[in-house]
Amino acid sequence: MKLLVCVSKTPDTTAKISFTDDGSEFNAAGVTYIMNPYDEWYALVRAVELMEKGGGTVTVINVGDASNDQTIRKGLAIGATDAVRVNANPKSALYIAKQIAEHAKDGNYDIIFCGKESIDYNGSEVGAMVAEFLDLPFISFGNKFEIENNTATIEREIEGGFEKCQVATPFVVSSAKGMAAQRIPNMMGIMKAKKKPFVVVEPVEFPDYSTPVSYSLPAKKTGVKLVDPENMDELVRLLNEEAKVI
Amino acid sequence: MVLVFAEASKGQFKKTALEAVTYGYKTAQVVGGDCVVLTLGEVDDAGQLGKYGASKVFNIANAGFAEFDSQLFAAAIGNAAKELRAKVVVLSHTSMGKALLGRLAVRLNAGSVAGAKTVPSVDGNTLMVTKGVFSGKATAEYAISSEIKVISLASNEIPPEETGTPVDVENLNVDLPAPKVKVLEVNLQSGDTAPLPEAELVVSAGRGMKGPENWGIIEDLAASLGATTACSRPVADTGWRPHHEHVGQTGVAIKPNLYFAIGISGAIQHLAGVNQSKVIVVINKDPEAPFFKAADYGVVGDLFDVVPLLTEAVKKFKAA
Ligand SMILES: Cc1cc2nc3c(=O)[nH]c(=O)nc-3n(C[C@H](O)[C@H](O)[C@H](O)COP(=O)(O)OP(=O)(O)OC[C@H]3O[C@@H](n4cnc5c(N)ncnc54)[C@H](O)[C@@H]3O)c2cc1C
Repeated sequence: MKLLVCVSKTPDTTAKISFTDDGSEFNAAGVTYIMNPYDEWYALVRAVELMEKGGGTVTVINVGDASNDQTIRKGLAIGATDAVRVNANPKSALYIAKQIAEHAKDGNYDIIFCGKESIDYNGSEVGAMVAEFLDLPFISFGNKFEIENNTATIEREIEGGFEKCQVATPFVVSSAKGMAAQRIPNMMGIMKAKKKPFVVVEPVEFPDYSTPVSYSLPAKKTGVKLVDPENMDELVRLLNEEAKVI
Repeated sequence: MVLVFAEASKGQFKKTALEAVTYGYKTAQVVGGDCVVLTLGEVDDAGQLGKYGASKVFNIANAGFAEFDSQLFAAAIGNAAKELRAKVVVLSHTSMGKALLGRLAVRLNAGSVAGAKTVPSVDGNTLMVTKGVFSGKATAEYAISSEIKVISLASNEIPPEETGTPVDVENLNVDLPAPKVKVLEVNLQSGDTAPLPEAELVVSAGRGMKGPENWGIIEDLAASLGATTACSRPVADTGWRPHHEHVGQTGVAIKPNLYFAIGISGAIQHLAGVNQSKVIVVINKDPEAPFFKAADYGVVGDLFDVVPLLTEAVKKFKAA
């Protein structure tokens, strides 16, 4: 099977989030970047597992500038066979999805994987957009994934439970916790990654319809009010009378 | 005109649907025109959505809506939006809404905001809407400049408000594709507490619990409050609790009115998914636990002593 995995680069989960003084831009100074965990741990690893079992290829695709190359190489080190970077500085999900769809439309991919969401802009949008551009079915938040004779059985997260569904290739799926387990690339993988095909292509023109224009940080908590551990009646009273939440 | 897709589960409208209709009503007041609501498949008493601000409710009947296929649903909503000339399309930011938003953005050639927290403001032809970013660590204001805009509303942001009276429900016919996704099985946790993303009260516990056999006191506390239970990531990873309870940056992001963090240290990745909660209560035996910095109320003590006392106190309060 021919598999495509969409990966993005996000600030590390421990990164201190701050913005330029006028609040117009993310302050990247001192921030280390990682591959978006949902893309790496679940989407990419599951795709690599399927290839290891049934053959085929796993292509990773990223829309971004050259500073993303390291993240993309990590994808190759984890086991992808080749990589594509669309050379752009994207500002909106629709722009990114358009670029991915452009690459995928003649690629004859059986399955396009992406993560459940990116941990920076938390949109959950790109997978659905790629699917719509290509007129393919889309299953979101898959947390179990099996495939046999081109028909996949996927369990997807829904509010308060899960839903098991079935779909034939080609389709797009977004991956959530449970679909696979994180793999740490080994030395051999890292060495091999250096020799794997990695192409950079130029983007097609597409407008940005929706972009962030300013950012703010949440108001700091004013300080914790400590309650005597022996006096839980007091805590209940505070929650009822002061905080008014029970 | 603002078109709201009101999501139903087994024919019943969920709280998130009522929130979306209220949001659509408020958005229509800002952008002009009516708030029109679309329902799909068999739903009970859709006319009641008039109470939340719908001036008209449409229903598209099709047996296919009994199972969720994003392609089918997006075609229905997208074609209805075109036919009714909607300027803004509103969805709930639920598992269903998240699968539809991107599709609708493509179909309608529209800019989108996923998980909006505020009613838009208007700046010429541009709509300004805020949403949480960096897993709740910050808020961003988005400008949507396309002619049609699609927005999904985060849950627990805009409380449903009754402003009107029930309206008539009209049938609508649009072209629909055949569904390609087949739902084999739907598995919902039993019990009558709200699912985590929608819950107003959450009792969450971490590694301080020592083991899964000790969760009885957490369940008792949650039951006394009518709260939903949650847990930290290592607790779910080691199988002490089911994965769907995992909250935080790589789990469910929540924003309840009240969040109890019991035996949870308050790592940055955990805080990212919960720090938008209105009120946070931390119970931890370590006075230096980072979570206290993000808390409104704190109890420094052994959870195995404190939690049963708290449950007693809640029961006493409820009985009074
Ligand atoms: C990429 C990445 C993503 C992550 N995403 C998430 C995420 O989404 N959600 C998440 O939760 N974590 C996440 N983590 C993990 C996170 O860093 C922490 O390891 C985790 O939150 C710690 O869980 P905990 O607080 O339950 O356990 P611990 O950190 O071990 O804390 C246990 C706490 O219990 C207290 N305690 C112990 N015994 C008692 C007692 N008898 N009475 C009272 N208090 C007691 C201790 O004082 C301590 O503060 C992520 C990590 C990484 C690297």
